[in-house]
Amino acid sequence: MNEIDVYGIIHIFGQEIWITQTIVTTWVLMAILIIIAFLARLQLKKFSEKPSGVQNVIELVIESMDNFVISAMGEKYSYFANWFFGVFVFILISNLSGLLGFRPPTADYATTACLALSTFVLIHFMGILKQKGSYFKGYIEPIPIMLPMNIISEIATPISLSFRLFGNILGGSIIMGMVYSLPAIFRIAIPGVLHIYFDVFAGCIQTVIFVMLSMTFIKDKIGD
Amino acid sequence: MNGNISTLNAYDEATLRAFVLGCSAIGAGLAMIAGIGPGIGQGFAAGKGAEAVGRQPEARGTVVSTMLLGCAVAESTGIYGLVIALILLFANPLVGKINL
Repeated sequence: MNEIDVYGIIHIFGQEIWITQTIVTTWVLMAILIIIAFLARLQLKKFSEKPSGVQNVIELVIESMDNFVISAMGEKYSYFANWFFGVFVFILISNLSGLLGFRPPTADYATTACLALSTFVLIHFMGILKQKGSYFKGYIEPIPIMLPMNIISEIATPISLSFRLFGNILGGSIIMGMVYSLPAIFRIAIPGVLHIYFDVFAGCIQTVIFVMLSMTFIKDKIGD
Repeated sequence: MNGNISTLNAYDEATLRAFVLGCSAIGAGLAMIAGIGPGIGQGFAAGKGAEAVGRQPEARGTVVSTMLLGCAVAESTGIYGLVIALILLFANPLVGKINL
């Protein structure tokens, strides 16, 4: 339940690349998402002024994501909805994949660390782009002696962001594994209820929180 | 360590390994005491959130999303404890430190 299966090791340019369960699950989920996106793209041609059928669903999803980003970052930065929609859908489908018997990719620290690092890059890229000189001045405020503290707090951001998602999902999957190893009488209805809590509820909440915290951090760095 | 080397040799490595594993399990249990803090903090945040919704039911959406954000931040210390406990239980870093 806590071990990651390794299916093979590829040697390329003198480096070892381990094909783990996480990579396989991630690629399966990516294939599903790409197929859905492709089908939605084909539907785009049939869109009309008066929405009906699939168009309703697509518009609802895209509009609610747009509103979510606008409420957190403001009208001016609504273009972040494109990036955060991808992140949101990927994390959500990863967390929910535990229901189908996969090992959730987000229960591997590599996945969450990558997601948090992309947020980290985005925070500082947008900070330098929008604040220019005062971005670097922010590190020696309020007094220059605070410089090490400010740098540590910047490094702590992606660490806490990734550990939060990782710890929640891994903790849930370990508890589920323990419940499934109980005697048969305990496996009748209890795992269903626990799946609703650990996979559906915690998975959705952690997705929203990861995206919301990323947006809040980027907004803080951009200023105004 | 040097003074005790003769007494340490009286035990075989398997016994020492079992001892370290047992201590790691106790340490993992102790690390999960960190769960008290987020429990209190999240309960406090949820209570205040319920109070705020009771006072201003029309601001429910904003209150709930702010509360969830606060809960998530309060939760991170508990998650750090959980990560330490998981490392102690499954990665066993201390077993490699046994040298006879």
